Amino acid sequence: MKLSIDVFPSRGMLVGSLVGALLCGNLSPLHAQEYPIDSLKLINLSEVVVISAGKQLDHQKQHKPLSTLDEFLETARSIKMVKRGAYAWEPTMNDMASERLAITLDGMQIFGACTDKMDPITSYVDVSNLSEAQIGSGQQGAAFGNTIGGGINLKLDKSNFKPTGWTGSLETGYETNNKMRVFGGELNYSDENFYFNTDVIYRKADNYKAGGGQEVKYSQYEKYNFSVNSGYKLADDKSITASIIYDEARDVGYPALTMDVSLARAVIGSIGYNQDTLFGEFNNWESKVYYNTIKHVMDDTTRPDVVIHMDMPGWSETAGFYTQANLDKEKNHFMFKLDGYYNKSYAEMTMYPVNPNEQPMFMLTWPDVRTKNVGFYAEDHIDFNESSLKLSTRLSYHSNTVEDDFGLNSLKIFYPNMERTNSRFLKSFSSQYHKALGDFHLNGGISYGERAPSVSEGYGFYLFNSFDNHDYIGDPNLKTERSTDVNLSITFKKPIFEITASANYFHVFDYIIGQLENSLSTMTIGASGVKIYSNIDFAQLFNASLFGRYSISNAFKLSGNISYHRGADDDGENLPLISPVSYGGALDFYKNQYSASLSIEGAGEQSNYNPAYGETKTAAYATLSASFGKRFFINDNDLFVKAGIQNILDTNYSSYTDWNNIPRMGRNVYATISYAIN
Amino acid sequence: MKTLKYIFAFLLISISVISCSDDDDSTSIEVNPVEGLSKIYEISAANHVVEIYSEKQNLEIGYNEISIRIKDLTTDKYINDAELSWMPMMNMTDRTHSAPHSMLNNAEESTVYKGHIVFQMASNETEYWELKLNYNLNGESVEGVTRITVLQPNDGMVKTQVFMGVDGVKYVLAYVGPQNPEVALNDMQAVLYKMEDMMNFPVVENFKITIDPRMPGMGNHSSPNNRDLTYDSVNNMYNGKLSLTMTGYWKINLKLLNQAGEILKGEDVTEDNPESSLYFELEF
Repeated sequence: MKLSIDVFPSRGMLVGSLVGALLCGNLSPLHAQEYPIDSLKLINLSEVVVISAGKQLDHQKQHKPLSTLDEFLETARSIKMVKRGAYAWEPTMNDMASERLAITLDGMQIFGACTDKMDPITSYVDVSNLSEAQIGSGQQGAAFGNTIGGGINLKLDKSNFKPTGWTGSLETGYETNNKMRVFGGELNYSDENFYFNTDVIYRKADNYKAGGGQEVKYSQYEKYNFSVNSGYKLADDKSITASIIYDEARDVGYPALTMDVSLARAVIGSIGYNQDTLFGEFNNWESKVYYNTIKHVMDDTTRPDVVIHMDMPGWSETAGFYTQANLDKEKNHFMFKLDGYYNKSYAEMTMYPVNPNEQPMFMLTWPDVRTKNVGFYAEDHIDFNESSLKLSTRLSYHSNTVEDDFGLNSLKIFYPNMERTNSRFLKSFSSQYHKALGDFHLNGGISYGERAPSVSEGYGFYLFNSFDNHDYIGDPNLKTERSTDVNLSITFKKPIFEITASANYFHVFDYIIGQLENSLSTMTIGASGVKIYSNIDFAQLFNASLFGRYSISNAFKLSGNISYHRGADDDGENLPLISPVSYGGALDFYKNQYSASLSIEGAGEQSNYNPAYGETKTAAYATLSASFGKRFFINDNDLFVKAGIQNILDTNYSSYTDWNNIPRMGRNVYATISYAIN
Repeated sequence: MKTLKYIFAFLLISISVISCSDDDDSTSIEVNPVEGLSKIYEISAANHVVEIYSEKQNLEIGYNEISIRIKDLTTDKYINDAELSWMPMMNMTDRTHSAPHSMLNNAEESTVYKGHIVFQMASNETEYWELKLNYNLNGESVEGVTRITVLQPNDGMVKTQVFMGVDGVKYVLAYVGPQNPEVALNDMQAVLYKMEDMMNFPVVENFKITIDPRMPGMGNHSSPNNRDLTYDSVNNMYNGKLSLTMTGYWKINLKLLNQAGEILKGEDVTEDNPESSLYFELEF
């Protein structure tokens, strides 16, 4: 996949254009493709995070094998996690969150059931289910769905007819800070005609302690996850697959919010059909139908001093399909994909008055919104001699219908003339160019994408956002958000040395964000005001990063990255939740089955913040972590032990992503043991 | 190919717009003119029967919509030329007075005489309401008086206000609707009468009643896009829009303004003044 060619441009020229790219703000980064992976041949991804928890030989690459999926994702350079507590972090890419990203699980669309974004879909799977996370920045993520900021596809871990026979593993882990106990196991069988993979994982954590030892109340959680996936070969070139995941979390604390979660449950199932060829010319034909259902129950009965007790359950159900095939014509490598989903989002709120003689107060916060989306995606990856070009497009039909009359009438209080159904056509176009010039790789792209408002943005009814302490109301008449983005990256790569500079710039028209509406009265007691989701003329987002790695020797490897981010609205005001300068660095050692690492992670002071969105200036911080591992072989079986310390100096800090500046975890010592039976 | 067909079928299903059309009741059924109403009184005379209906089970303090029909027993038919008029009377221990009421009319349904009465007080053991009816039956004019019982509303909600305005006039303001409030922008109606003397309560025209619905249990949360009540000369009522953002207990704070825009009663709701002295209550 990597092309290389000897080229002429002088180094000075490249550096010059790089500096230009970084400074002029009109360019945006390019992410080099870090791990070329066969299965992703035609998806030119920015980054791939390897997850496979207990498995295979990736242990030495992982600082913390049994960490949560959230922690894994956070190790991706292009992903930052917004935190409302210790659980269910929300991934953001290019400083954009869920509604601007396409996040899928093995190609399946799943939508959280919480109106307050307490259940990003990444919270409904665990590392035990997954092999890797494929990350595409900007429209490079459009293969997964309509997006502005990018796409993340979490790939399920499958044996895929490898002749491994029976295998299994047991894993356990413990973390001192929040007394997290993790137990996991898997049992797999695979031969040329049939495979099944099962895994189970259980986690339980108490409140964690911030740096200095202060306990962060309501940060506990408990979760278990069970999954089975299986495949059967109907013929040499035909197979069917099926998968089911059951994930349930209980007693999840959200220290940054006024409520916790008593239940978050997902059942995610799919049936697939794969065929090596189609109509003779197409190959890798892959199709899937899927269904998932999520129930999420917010609960404040465990909190003292609640002004008014409330129940806030939410449900989200999605059914969908996709079918895709590749076509290779000389230099052109096409991929075609047809996909669609139907989602039902319903959430309600019941408040119980202090005066028990009064009737409970009831509202529909998501009025049973039915979303239909059918899309066609095509890409062509064209190989030239020393360069390649990827062209892609996604065309989708998207509609929202308010099914519930109670909800429709509620919204008509604000929008008397609103229609029950709202449809739109969404378009995405992208071109990405890669050229190898000797040891330099140049990547550049320009794209255009659109997205429909999320259910909350379009139809939310008094959704309380504890970050800026405002109630939010959706607007069904919102315009489609449109984004043009450019990206550029330059990599200089030698066998032992690599450095990549990248930048990207998004100019988002009709950017959707909550705007204060002074005439409205708050619903939530103690809220500062009411905001309505509105289109502002435009917003600008700029991200730049520098990444390098250096192999000091076969055993020692050094890596580091630093990134800069900026986001502003049409008045030049700062957008919320934009990262300050952040950096990380690691020294990794691996030899003779011993592994060790020392890493630093930190951020500069958040000078570009916006109090209107509830932000305060977050101070600079840095944390230091270390890990040690050893792999043993016992009768062909594999025992892997890893231990480490995070936040060694017990720094008390919070990052710009921490809601209400809840401090992050202090010093944490962890140990994991996995035993794999081969 | 076969599989492809299934996929296309699935696709078609998923893009087909599920449109739930409302059922049109185009078949017209012979409608009972007092369908859904409760017969609360039946007064029998030698050759006819007077039936009094209400939407509620009882007559209550506040606005009562009342339907009356008279059956001629000689023809066994309800008559449509009764020229019915009425007068409610309260017999207190020391005096008598009437109550604000509309004229009766049978324009909608010729055999049903409709009107409303706003009772300001309930009956008790020593003080009672009477309804005086005057009508024609077969060319003869008839006068009948029947004792009626007026109760406190079951829900205990204040829906009627009798008060003295700053202009020194005594007013009776009564909530009419929405009778079944919803989380929606509701049509709101009220009636306003002034008390000229103990017997005469003329409709007050062209005043304005401002509304400010609040939920005292929710930090005095208010709702948007309410429309103040203005006079509608067609039905002699005050009409406006009341938005309710959730179920529960609502206090609708009111101000009464005369034609000159002067406030006769009621105050603005502010941080320091959580409620107006003029209000309605509702709970659903």
